[in-house]
Amino acid sequence: MENKLTKNIFFSLGLKIFSSLKDHEELTLSLVGEETNYLRFNKAKVRQSLHLIQGNINLNFTSQEKTCSWSIPFQQDLEQTLEKMTTALGHLRTEAASLPKDPFLVKTQNNGPYEKDHEGTLPPDDELVHSILYPGKDLDLVGIYSGGRNIRANMNSKGQKQWFSTTNFLVDFSLYDAVQNAVKGYYGGQLWDQESYNQKISQAKEQLELMKRPRKKVSRGSYRTYFAPAAVSEILTMMSWGGVSAASFKKSESALGPLANNKKSLSPKFSLLEDFKLGLCPPFNEYGELSNDTIPLIENGQLKNLLTNSKTAKEYDLKSNGANQSEGLRSPLIKTGGLKKENILKTLGTGLYLSNLHYLNWSDMRGGRMTGMTRFACFWVEDGKIVAPIEDLRFDESLYNFWGEQLVGLTNFSETFPEPGTYSQRGVGGVNVPGMIVENFSFTL
Amino acid sequence: MNHEQLKKTLRSLPSKGADWIGLKKITSKIKFHSVKNGLPLSNKIYQDEGVQIEVLKNGQFAYSSTQDTSPNGIKLAYEKALFLAESSSKYPIFPFTRETRPQFKNQPSPHDFNQTTSGEIHDVLSLSCDSIKKEKGLIHSEGYAALKETETYHIGLGDEEFYSSKNTIDFSLKAIAQEGTEVQTRTWGNTLQAGPEYFQKELFKKEATRIAKEARELSFAEQCPSEKMDLLLMPDQMILQIHESIGHPLELDRILGDERNYAGQSFVKLSDFGNYQYGSKALNVTFDPTVEKEVASYKMDDTGHMATKEFIIKEGKLLRGLGSLESQLRSNVPGVACGRVSSWNRPPIDRMANLNLEPGEGNFEEMVSSMERGVIMATNKSWSIDDYRNKFQFGCEYAKLVENGRITKTLRNPNYRGISTPFWHSLKEVGSLPTREIFGTAYCGKGEPNQAIEVGHASSVCLFNGIEVFGGV
Ligand SMILES: [Zn+2]
Repeated sequence: MENKLTKNIFFSLGLKIFSSLKDHEELTLSLVGEETNYLRFNKAKVRQSLHLIQGNINLNFTSQEKTCSWSIPFQQDLEQTLEKMTTALGHLRTEAASLPKDPFLVKTQNNGPYEKDHEGTLPPDDELVHSILYPGKDLDLVGIYSGGRNIRANMNSKGQKQWFSTTNFLVDFSLYDAVQNAVKGYYGGQLWDQESYNQKISQAKEQLELMKRPRKKVSRGSYRTYFAPAAVSEILTMMSWGGVSAASFKKSESALGPLANNKKSLSPKFSLLEDFKLGLCPPFNEYGELSNDTIPLIENGQLKNLLTNSKTAKEYDLKSNGANQSEGLRSPLIKTGGLKKENILKTLGTGLYLSNLHYLNWSDMRGGRMTGMTRFACFWVEDGKIVAPIEDLRFDESLYNFWGEQLVGLTNFSETFPEPGTYSQRGVGGVNVPGMIVENFSFTL
Repeated sequence: MNHEQLKKTLRSLPSKGADWIGLKKITSKIKFHSVKNGLPLSNKIYQDEGVQIEVLKNGQFAYSSTQDTSPNGIKLAYEKALFLAESSSKYPIFPFTRETRPQFKNQPSPHDFNQTTSGEIHDVLSLSCDSIKKEKGLIHSEGYAALKETETYHIGLGDEEFYSSKNTIDFSLKAIAQEGTEVQTRTWGNTLQAGPEYFQKELFKKEATRIAKEARELSFAEQCPSEKMDLLLMPDQMILQIHESIGHPLELDRILGDERNYAGQSFVKLSDFGNYQYGSKALNVTFDPTVEKEVASYKMDDTGHMATKEFIIKEGKLLRGLGSLESQLRSNVPGVACGRVSSWNRPPIDRMANLNLEPGEGNFEEMVSSMERGVIMATNKSWSIDDYRNKFQFGCEYAKLVENGRITKTLRNPNYRGISTPFWHSLKEVGSLPTREIFGTAYCGKGEPNQAIEVGHASSVCLFNGIEVFGGV
């Protein structure tokens, strides 16, 4: 099927609609689009499959210091799409007029061009099901394949044009045994290589073997704990929710408040930044503002920046660093340390080895304390040797402890996890993080 | 395309061996409004329309979704779905049959939605912020509202046809108070089937003033103590408790393993239905799509299954699962009409819809006076539970200490933790109908690809014995 959702068509639709603007009116168009195959599987069998083409164009309208936006579906019929845009523009004039002036309005301006198409190779359509499921044919493989083209673009009436597309895939899976022990795996990227995928499945299978020993019930208490990169990435997602946002900090709803106010400190071993060089997402936000390649957030335990968008900057008299509307992390990286892979168990000594975590939430956001569960391959370790998988534990601990004095060290390697989220549309972005060892980590149930 | 053209297009598709072809056209408009300290933060309107083609061939369901609703667009989508069904049939999870897609029919009568401007809703939220800021010690106020109109038109290859429309709203107000270094938040909100008429200035001003006073009260309050004691949960926390530790573990697709890579599994086994004692005799839970205003009331689910009220748990005993006709066929366990899609771009999966705790006999004052030492908690602020839905930890915004049957003081940062089955067995008493309230959420997340959907919960106040309660940092 020929998808009309192309760069030329989007930009030409824009020029047409801009020509109908009146004096003092400004318009920014943002496009979110995808053509994706989704294959959902359970027990290495297809549960559901879906082919999806969708695009939405958001019209952000400004006139006389009033602003509002209207989003419409991109239809493959361009005349219809243009007609919908024209109708939307009419509605926007009425809606904006009904609102008061926005004193913190972000002015429409040309932030400069951006254009990048990350091409990729996907498994061929007619072999898709076989490619994904055959390597797991004798296994209890469960999860989802998503692959296709993902688009983010915008243009505005001041002449700005930005385009980002990426053709990529992600197999987000887990492997279970007969008694429901499980391990988690990912295979994602731009160039599908069947052999690499097969290896990922084999590795998961080997790890699952370790889970065969009887589970140990670990009682609540504090333990020296190793968090594998996937577990660290779960903790890091909490920073996008009442963490690194400048607006959250300003209204006293940030877990980094105690750090920003010098009431608490973090370990000099801990550094966190936004790193758009990872190439996982566009460096522009909804307004088309381009971020620097990197934005240091915490450097050697010291707070350097909070994510600040232009609206927040205007309201609180701060400097914007091109953050998105929610001031969440888009492409974060935690700097690696010196702990070598072969020394992880030895350095851990006796304690817990956690591969993944699940369902995190703040138990005291303003104090920086969070709770969550262990999940998938988690083990009890004694004298540097894996003894047994554990029954799931609940933790409840402050980031000022585990990224503070109790942080023993970070690994000298890191892993990249592409954004697996697909609410409404397939996400872009991802994280790059090392593993870490923490002392006296609290488990409460 | 109008309904007649869609019917004509669908019925002219070559069957090519398909046992069922369904088409859903879903049209929606959501108006999102948010206000910060009385000033506009954002006003966005999100208009969407698309179709989903569903094909059953060789025992496999497959889907193709597009915004191209022209005859050619639908034909292309159909071919994609057919291809996916065929290629999936070499790796079938289950041989599905037409019995999971019953006949359905109603007389479509499209209706007009009441309209408002962004400015009108903005004004109500802005006034609410003003009421909050009037209280002493209040440093921040926010208001949020989403008004959604949805139309679903569902047809099948035979003469199946069904149209439905609904108005839903999702809103919240937030008040933040500071006293010295102590900062506290109080909120009010809900998700219901209602339209713009719900946004009455008097109601919003009254609730805004209440949460502002309570936030102020919290900023002076004592830390919640850490000890095992009685716990009285108000309806706006009960809904989260029902959702997380009854709703999700009873979804049949979780028990069948579909969700093991994402949302998780369940401590409940297929063999538990019909005999497992889930909680005390006081526990009665229904799937109820018939409650007026509750957000997930509907006549038919998204697979063509007519929805009826059913007991899920009766006197503590587990009777029925939350599973669609597909899950019922796979599991041989009785279920409900709950195969739902978040929109035209996602396949139907097992969802909660309305899951309600049926009222008991308790009178609020008498329930409080029966507590020797305990805490009353209201309004959820934090939630976390394991992937089998056993070990949970929930936090609330607001609490009162009860000593010797009397409410003595306000407590801040209240939390409690427990394990699902022992927790429901410690349910001592359920409040009567006058203590019951209807709530909902617009964002229950589940599924691969992910789907966020509206679910409703109604509950009375509930009293639990011997629960592990604790405070903040
Ligand atoms: Zn949920």
